[in-house]
Amino acid sequence: MEDVITKPLESQEYFINMGPQHPSTHGVLRLVLSLDGEIIRKVEPHIGYIHRSIEKMCEHDSYQQIVHLTDRMDYLSCHINNEAVCLGVEMGLQLEVPERVKVIRTIIGELTRLSSHQLWWGVMGMDLGAITTFLYGFRDREMITDIFEETCGARLTMNYNVPGGLMFDIHPNFQKRTKDFITHFKKKLPEYDDLLSNNVIFRQRTMGIGKLSKEDTISYSVTGPSGRASGFSCDVRKHHPYSAYDKVQFKEILRTEGDCFARYQCRIDEMWESISIIEQLIDNIPEGSFKAPTKAVIKLPKGEFYQKVETARGEFGVYIISEGQKSPYRLKFRSPGFSNLSALNHMAQGCKIADLVAIMSTIDLVIPDIDR
Amino acid sequence: MKWLYDFSYLTRAIHEGLSTRFEPGTVVILEMVLVGITFMLLFALLGLVLVYAERKVSAVIQQRLGPMRVGKWGTAQTLADVIKLLLKEPLINKDADKFLFNLAPFVIMIAAFMAIAALPFAKGLHAIDFDIGILYVAAVSSLGVIGILLAGWSSNNKYSLIGAMRSGAQIISYELSVALSLLTIVVLTGSLQLSIIVESQANGWWIFKGHIPAMIAFVIFLIASTAETNRGPFDLAEAESELTAGFHTEYSGLKFAFFFLAEFANMFIVAGIGATVFLGGWMPFHIGSWEGFNAIMDFIPPIVWFFGKVGFMIFMMMWFRWTFPRLRIDQLLTLEWKYLLPINLMNIVLMAFLSLMGWHF
Repeated sequence: MEDVITKPLESQEYFINMGPQHPSTHGVLRLVLSLDGEIIRKVEPHIGYIHRSIEKMCEHDSYQQIVHLTDRMDYLSCHINNEAVCLGVEMGLQLEVPERVKVIRTIIGELTRLSSHQLWWGVMGMDLGAITTFLYGFRDREMITDIFEETCGARLTMNYNVPGGLMFDIHPNFQKRTKDFITHFKKKLPEYDDLLSNNVIFRQRTMGIGKLSKEDTISYSVTGPSGRASGFSCDVRKHHPYSAYDKVQFKEILRTEGDCFARYQCRIDEMWESISIIEQLIDNIPEGSFKAPTKAVIKLPKGEFYQKVETARGEFGVYIISEGQKSPYRLKFRSPGFSNLSALNHMAQGCKIADLVAIMSTIDLVIPDIDR
Repeated sequence: MKWLYDFSYLTRAIHEGLSTRFEPGTVVILEMVLVGITFMLLFALLGLVLVYAERKVSAVIQQRLGPMRVGKWGTAQTLADVIKLLLKEPLINKDADKFLFNLAPFVIMIAAFMAIAALPFAKGLHAIDFDIGILYVAAVSSLGVIGILLAGWSSNNKYSLIGAMRSGAQIISYELSVALSLLTIVVLTGSLQLSIIVESQANGWWIFKGHIPAMIAFVIFLIASTAETNRGPFDLAEAESELTAGFHTEYSGLKFAFFFLAEFANMFIVAGIGATVFLGGWMPFHIGSWEGFNAIMDFIPPIVWFFGKVGFMIFMMMWFRWTFPRLRIDQLLTLEWKYLLPINLMNIVLMAFLSLMGWHF
């Protein structure tokens, strides 16, 4: 009270809880903001509201069961998460999967990436106040989820991969529907630019906001499109190709600005690259078996195995320590969301509340991926 | 049917009918009550129609159908929502300032009521014809911000407070642009009285007669009035992705409905003022000496013209809201103080010059 009397005009920092229930934290993330008026002094993420101890559960599950737990982490790139575990187990078993499996995994992985980016694009617009984009994003995403539904019966948590291959072969309609989608989406993607990218308000809201330098990107290990927007070449598909990525031509999208707009543009450009990857593979799915024969009970040899893949959010790693039993001794997931979130405080300092929302959108957080 | 074209027949008939039965003092009170009831009915009707319209417009923009289940084409959806809101428990925050918390929705509603009273709806349908009509409307339409500030302050919620403060800064800034863009037309008419402004547009609307300055003023008015009603892309006071729901986060039930209704009423008011000042109010659309065309236009009753123009303005505002992303608070103020205000001032000088030289039609 005495402070107030002696320094009547001095402003005071105050705290505000953004979350765990808040429309733009996209889940149960709690951010404790230190604010000076509207200007953010500090962002402190508090996580753990959706912690399900997936890593601990993995220690008691067989390798086939672990695959479906990864669906529940980054649910928007579930297929790619599944693939990471399967590739890790296959590496441990030194199992060579059929070419057909590799190609199908890649196509569906890219479709997953597209659908994730579409949802991100819609939500990004919504966070900035343009609610219409949300429905446009979902309109196009619907076609991909329909393809998934026909392929494996599930629309979101697909669980299509199993160690050694795929759970089923692709549906006879798969190629046709995917091609239909690609022709449809190639026409619709420029519409995304019309609605958001070229909008003056949108550009003002994102350009120069939430800058992250290349050095900071590396030190916070921000990966995925968020990292590549700062010039950090970190595409696992390019540097450590898995599945069929060594057979296709694609560019690694790199930008140097490191602001919200660069991260946004990175994802939009990545959608074009994903389309191109799918186009290269969709007519060239080799014949053959959809699954390499594995034993009913998979036991990995004693040792440590690390497999990383590129999800829609960045580098996703699976680290398996096996004691030769049917379940791993210890399993660690390196999830991109966790590392990307760690840079939030650095990016948001000095910004306004509205900028924080834009920054959170562009690092594309999926909270179950952070908490596991 | 002649009352449809000139409501003074109807109002005079009512006045004479009442005068024969009651004392002059009672007649005045009865007429006031009658006007009050009419406005309340108009408010309720506006709420129902505009909420439905917004849902359908947004649905068309977003490639959806909108409400379809309650009634034919979902027309009774708003009624169902009103019933839901009426039945909801009015929650009050434990540490809220209860008096101000309850007062705030009424302040906003009263401000909207006061502004709507000065609008000329049709020939002879005009509750109060102030000789300083524009000044009055500009003054009372900004009273609503007091309600917003009260709501944000008394809720004892930081989100609400931030929303209210944003809204205060926003409305006070954009008041200027609204008033100045209206003044641009006042320079032409030479009167602040709304009925005279409408009469002066009998041979052409000011947006066409006033050359480029009038167009500029209309665009500025459209932007500034959207901002003044706190609607997207200027809905910073609500900003559901940043402040959950801004100043009305803590409100529920009927009090929330009041805020909701006031938003649509305010939208109607600014659209009404815009239509009156720039688009000729209830005056039909005439083209020079095309006698036949003008006769057909005259056949459409003035009240239809007025509501048609207001509907057009409201549709524009809805279109803005559902397509643009939201501005940030500093960008919002930059837009006003660095762009709209200087342009507006220059525009007035230009208009005064045009008016002096008699270069307008």
